[in-house]
Amino acid sequence: MALLSNAAVLLGKEVRTEFRSRELLSTTMVFVLIVVVVFSFTFDPTSTESRRFGPGLLWMAFLFAASLMLQPCFLREQVNDTLGALRLAVEDPFAVFLAKIAANTVFLLFTELVMLPVFAALFNVSFGSQLPGVLLTFLLGSLGISIVGTALAAISAQARMRELLLPLLLLPLLTPILVVSTEVTIRLMQPEPYLEWKGIGLMAAFDAVFLTVLWLFGEYLLEE
Amino acid sequence: MIRRILFAAVAVGLVACAAYAAFYVAPEERTMGAIQRIFYLHASSGWAGETTFFFCFVANLLYIWRRKPQYDWLGVTCAEVGVAFITVVLLTGPIWAKPVWGIWWTWDARLTSTFVLWILYICYLLLRTLLDEPERRALLSALFGVFAFIDVPIVFGAIRWWRTQHPAPVIMGGEGSGLDPAMRKVFFFNVLAMHILALFFIAERYLLEKSKHDAELLRREAEAR
Repeated sequence: MALLSNAAVLLGKEVRTEFRSRELLSTTMVFVLIVVVVFSFTFDPTSTESRRFGPGLLWMAFLFAASLMLQPCFLREQVNDTLGALRLAVEDPFAVFLAKIAANTVFLLFTELVMLPVFAALFNVSFGSQLPGVLLTFLLGSLGISIVGTALAAISAQARMRELLLPLLLLPLLTPILVVSTEVTIRLMQPEPYLEWKGIGLMAAFDAVFLTVLWLFGEYLLEE
Repeated sequence: MIRRILFAAVAVGLVACAAYAAFYVAPEERTMGAIQRIFYLHASSGWAGETTFFFCFVANLLYIWRRKPQYDWLGVTCAEVGVAFITVVLLTGPIWAKPVWGIWWTWDARLTSTFVLWILYICYLLLRTLLDEPERRALLSALFGVFAFIDVPIVFGAIRWWRTQHPAPVIMGGEGSGLDPAMRKVFFFNVLAMHILALFFIAERYLLEKSKHDAELLRREAEAR
């Protein structure tokens, strides 16, 4: 219980810091928008094609956005030299990760939900009837990206060329999430849409496996 | 020294015999013809590479647990040797696929997961070059190694969920699969040869890593004086 209450306090801190400046969210949203627009130049997005390529494109934009968005979560602590204090403040160092994962998931999900109607309008697809399925897919996908991304951000923050290193480590590790979430979203955008539960299960399994790994090994990532 | 030369001779000799067996002893495959013989090199390198990555994973876990630099040396050694073997797999695969499938590459489960595996371990080696402090480097790369190794089966599962074009497993593939007994013998001989070769590379590369570490210590000592 101490773990959860510690994490909740830290989550409050993360969210407060972000909503004071709103730098991260506004930059990421503009970035996703630019990626979506740039992609539309590379192929002619008529309606059938966008149903096939749209989800992949959307998830790729989210993934690129995440690889930028996750960067500051440990870098900020390092620049201000607050990581040591954070570690001392909590009983279990996993609380630090839990808070950061929750914060990143919230930020990512928020970006995705704001961008979804924009994307639907630009590419002429509708999600209306499938909103619960879309929300579930986005939630599990964002959670997976945040779990792995937060762990790797803790690694890359300590290395040289960190801005380049995080996407390099993150993108290949997130292959399963990209593959499955794209496939599930494609099925949700078909003329006869349905929710692919097998894909949802696989994403949930990915999230559970990496959360467990982080729970087992997370404290070593924060070692001074 | 004499032991190292002997080991080298055994490894190289075995690989030479395995290649001879693959070309001259194994019977010709009925539909694919001579090109099928690349299978002996392709699959045995794959097995050896995967075993090596498993050693890397174990070394990574041992380092996190015990914090002995030896495990870190073993980790980097196995990652490099594994990447070399998987490179062979990724090169020989398309050479076989072009005449048999008519294409160099397809994004099916085994090809893609092998490719991702290869990229992940290249990232592991890259990460090491970007961490300066030796203990940090050892710990953080070991942690990344654990993440990478766990990820690969999930990649495989995720892509398998669609469809797969790679030949179904011939070894331990269940009913209706399997190799001709003569082919089987040659194949397992190749697997053995490749594992011995991998072990030889690991031993040599480990000694190199140890010498690097010793040289670093001497350099620091000299600077301190």
